Amino acid sequence: MTETAASPAALKPPRSQWRDVWDQFRTHKGALLGLIVLVSLVLFVTIGPFFRDAPDLTIAQQIKLRNKPPSWEFPFGTDQLGRDMLLRMMEGGKVSISVGLVAMLISITLGSTVGVLAGYFKRLDGPLMRMTDLFLALPLLPLLLVMVMLFREKLAGALGPEAGTFLLIVSAIGVTSWMQAARIVRGEVLALKEREFVLAARSIGTPPRRVILRHVLPNVMSPIMVAATLGIASAIITESALSFLGLGFPPDFPTWGRLLYDGVEQMQLFPARVIWPGLAISLTVLSVNYIGDGLRDALDPRIRGR
Amino acid sequence: MLTFTIRRLLLAIPTLLFISLVIFLLLELAPGDPMSEVPLTVPPEVKQKMREALGADQPMFFRYMLWLKQFFVIEPLHILGAITGYDLAGDAQRIISWQSRSPVADIIAQRIPQTLTVIGAAYLIGVLIALPIGIYSAYRQYSWFDQLGTFISMIGFSVPTFFTGVLLIVIFSVKLGWFPSIYDTTLRVTDWASFGKQVKQMVLPVSVLALYNAAQISRYMRSSMLDNLGQDYVRTARSVGMTERVVVLRDVLRNSMIPVVTVIALGIPTIFGGAIITEQVFKVNGLGQLLISAIHGNDLPMVQTLTFIFAILIVLFNLIADILYGILDPRIRYD
Amino acid sequence: MKMKAALLGAVALAGLAPAAYAERGADGHVNILYSQAPSTLNPYLSSGTKDIENASLVIEPLAGYDEKGVMIPRLVDEIPTLENGGVAEDQKSITWKIKPDLKWSDGSPVTADDVVFTAEYCMHPEGGCAQLAKFEGVEKVEAVDPQTVKISFKEAKPNPYLAFVGSTTPVLQKAQFANCLGAAASTCTEQNFGPIGTGPFRVVEFKTNDVIQLEANPEYRDPAKPAFATVTVKGGGDAASAARAVMETGEFDYAWNTQIPPELQQAMEQGGKGEFVSGFGTLVERIEMNMTDPSPDLPEGERSTAKHPHPILSDLKVRQALSMAIDRNLLVEIGYGNAGRPTCNLVPAPEMYASTDNTGCLTQDIEGAKKLLDEAGWTDSDGDGIRDKDGKKFSLLYQTSVNPVRQDFQALIKGWWNEIGIEVELKAVDGSVFFGGDAGSPDTFQKFYADVEMYANNFDGTDPEAYLAEHTCAKAPRPDTQWQGENINRYCDPAYDAMIAELGKTGDLEKRAELAKKLNDMLTKESMTIVPLVDRGRLSARSKTLGGVVLNTWDSELWNASDWYRMK
Repeated sequence: MTETAASPAALKPPRSQWRDVWDQFRTHKGALLGLIVLVSLVLFVTIGPFFRDAPDLTIAQQIKLRNKPPSWEFPFGTDQLGRDMLLRMMEGGKVSISVGLVAMLISITLGSTVGVLAGYFKRLDGPLMRMTDLFLALPLLPLLLVMVMLFREKLAGALGPEAGTFLLIVSAIGVTSWMQAARIVRGEVLALKEREFVLAARSIGTPPRRVILRHVLPNVMSPIMVAATLGIASAIITESALSFLGLGFPPDFPTWGRLLYDGVEQMQLFPARVIWPGLAISLTVLSVNYIGDGLRDALDPRIRGR
Repeated sequence: MLTFTIRRLLLAIPTLLFISLVIFLLLELAPGDPMSEVPLTVPPEVKQKMREALGADQPMFFRYMLWLKQFFVIEPLHILGAITGYDLAGDAQRIISWQSRSPVADIIAQRIPQTLTVIGAAYLIGVLIALPIGIYSAYRQYSWFDQLGTFISMIGFSVPTFFTGVLLIVIFSVKLGWFPSIYDTTLRVTDWASFGKQVKQMVLPVSVLALYNAAQISRYMRSSMLDNLGQDYVRTARSVGMTERVVVLRDVLRNSMIPVVTVIALGIPTIFGGAIITEQVFKVNGLGQLLISAIHGNDLPMVQTLTFIFAILIVLFNLIADILYGILDPRIRYD
Repeated sequence: MKMKAALLGAVALAGLAPAAYAERGADGHVNILYSQAPSTLNPYLSSGTKDIENASLVIEPLAGYDEKGVMIPRLVDEIPTLENGGVAEDQKSITWKIKPDLKWSDGSPVTADDVVFTAEYCMHPEGGCAQLAKFEGVEKVEAVDPQTVKISFKEAKPNPYLAFVGSTTPVLQKAQFANCLGAAASTCTEQNFGPIGTGPFRVVEFKTNDVIQLEANPEYRDPAKPAFATVTVKGGGDAASAARAVMETGEFDYAWNTQIPPELQQAMEQGGKGEFVSGFGTLVERIEMNMTDPSPDLPEGERSTAKHPHPILSDLKVRQALSMAIDRNLLVEIGYGNAGRPTCNLVPAPEMYASTDNTGCLTQDIEGAKKLLDEAGWTDSDGDGIRDKDGKKFSLLYQTSVNPVRQDFQALIKGWWNEIGIEVELKAVDGSVFFGGDAGSPDTFQKFYADVEMYANNFDGTDPEAYLAEHTCAKAPRPDTQWQGENINRYCDPAYDAMIAELGKTGDLEKRAELAKKLNDMLTKESMTIVPLVDRGRLSARSKTLGGVVLNTWDSELWNASDWYRMK
């Protein structure tokens, strides 16, 4: 999301459409704030670990530091095994943010493509929507178990264990979460297709590809944006669900969803352990939501003109 | 519209048969074993005997055909028999759960009341809250009301129910002692006192789920309203002197309902699917808990049956959504 | 009345059951919470602990065990032994005498026919009886007279107390289950969900995987018991929420298996509403060393089979070093608190079978471990911090099932092994896949496609023979057994097999105990193929108003529910 918003400014072609979009986007306070928060979060998880080395302790030394409250040395405290929570939040965020964004992109791309195609081309509507019904009906857990069983070792062999697991997880989440977006987009496209401006474009012989890209897609952006925002939240949570099932990253690999889950049991004793990951997830989702809002306004020519 | 509906209903039969086959194959392929919850102290030979007694060692095709026959012939006969009082099904083998060795249909029937009361109420409340919030948020975009609504709904959606559920229990059951933390499925509402008890035990799980549902639906409602408020016809309508109320609540709302109808239609079958995590946190033991425990125990007949009923509801409600599109926007035609 | 209450209180404080004053049903209602919901009340169809324990409120065996593992009579007056003539001289039969005037909860008399029928029910070839192992070697069960049952064995049985001893094999009522033999077992939902029994309670309503409602059995043999008129057993949730319902909200009186982190245990006990009760049995959390090569480069069907010995772990010194690097005391402190204790034994109890001098592993020795690895030829020759030998890196894949305590253990043990120069990759598998025997899945614990794995196991009853016999060569899981088998680590030693055969023929208890200890030592301290970590106790929570609770790990946890009462 950040790239599409930020790169046009860097290109600077004279009075390009993207320039207008960026100008409009900048005026949206919420969106700008969201962008700043998201960029800070990304910096926190990517650059942060460079400034905070994992202390080189033996287990015996590390365990003495367990369950420490926040302090100067450990701003977020330590966990039940004496690990630095701040560092775990950074490491966890790397996975959660990247899984959230990538899985959301996969799901939104898949969903919008299926939705637009099904809504626009009558012949494709039946088969595509029946496929959507099928995917909606499949039980999620066995489906994930099967995917992991079939592909984990192969992907890990081809790409290395970490990249393999990442790809597997984002595709697993993407493939199992596109259906809602597809149904919504299709519903909108069905209605749009009969609107005057689309009819006009079609009647003058505009090829379907252009009609879809120029007239249909921009008008279904808002539900797609909502689906995208909600998609990030559910991708982050689904990722953690996968790891409690042992289907995700190795067990010593922290992610925000997992930290939150592990903290829930001891919420009364160590409230910080749920507050930090909970806050991080919510902030990510909120910032993406506002960026989405800004982007939608910026992409809408009617609003941009005002 | 009628021919469309009939055609779609007829088409649903092969679709559902195909879905049932895919579900079956998927469950077959999934790793797991009905003996996974049997303690390790039971020797493998005994486990093998137990598998044989369940019929789990029969060829796949045979078991699929058996399930089809049981689901489409024996179970309906049984239900019909129960209604009319005649024994139509005889002692034909019904679909039996591997975990409890009791007919799957009976267990599902036992679970439906608590699922519908809790999950259904939560969904209904969620929708009832979400629509006005979504409409007003869009109408007064970027007002404090809108900002607050956005904030709450985003928190509601991004904080998972396993967290909010436990948080509510800690606050309202442990600290304040206002509501029970465990749902009593044996409670029967017979008078005001028991009704009060029922309401009390529903408060926590229903709030958790309603917040989650409302968050999602209100976002779609808001964005769709915003899209339509910017349309030319709204300006036209206002300029010809129609009252704001009529413009917003009749024209804009009607045109904005398509995505919302889609989301709600997708949501209703999930009521039947239950809410796995919330049910577990509050021990509602509805259909969600039934499904997840069946999946964990590899109780294939139960998983297959539950999932298939779920599939029927999905196909049905998506059809209803398609019909509603035509009513909301008469320009949409399917013929 | 006040006097009576005061007396009751005094008796309760003294820790005695107030049987003399109590009256059946006088104490009202008791709520029990099982974090795993019971799915049936017929232990012959499901051997899950949740099912067996709840069934024990209703149906009973001829004899059971008390909290010390000592056999106690239930439906009989006396345990048959060689001395009293109940067990035949040649150990080929055992004769039980049922109590006179014993009645089922429907009022009909309990006879030897019911016992004979129950045996027939479980031994039916098509029934798929979960407790079939208890009837192994049984030739026939016959009613000598209406009160007397004789169980004959095919050959001499040194331990004849398997069938009808302990809550796994209770007596069913013949009249009720007559039509449920063999393949018909599944059609008897009503019977399986509401067995008629002799126990302190009888079923009012059973909702599978959800809740059971029971009431006092009017025909129970002790007219003063049970003290509670009604019982609700609710199922579902997890250990932490179950503990919370007893310790913090006080909605429930007893919660089964509330295994939560030690810090949380302490915090909850401070609430003052309840307390945790714990007891130790035979459950041992252990690491198993794969003696065969799990490398993914091997063709399918040869991975983790005896054909290829493990390239690293086949060396005894390496296995010893891995065990020495572990601080078991810390594991207990982090994971279990009072509900665990460090152990080096596979058979930690009963006392007579537990090896006493096997305590060498209890002290961690990182330096010693390093030295052993050096001796074994594993040195860090390229200076990357990881030991290697002949160009091969010392790298292990360590798998277990998903469970918060196990994941903490994995992290700690990985840390220690890193300290001695070993690279460790962790893997956690969903329990239903890990412990399921699906031959098609690569992630089951039987297939063992990893170098080391961690899980817990125990044995039923008090005799470890069958448990130790799991480690004979023939019981290794392999492709031609569909990957079924209990010898998970593929340990294979002819001397061990021979000693197991000897144990099977030995009747003298002293000698049996000696052999069992030797076998235990062979698997643990001598070969280190099994690296025991923690002797795991049972931890349950009871409300401070619930009296009479005695935690029993040898039998059902609800074994003495008839003695439970409300403290006033």
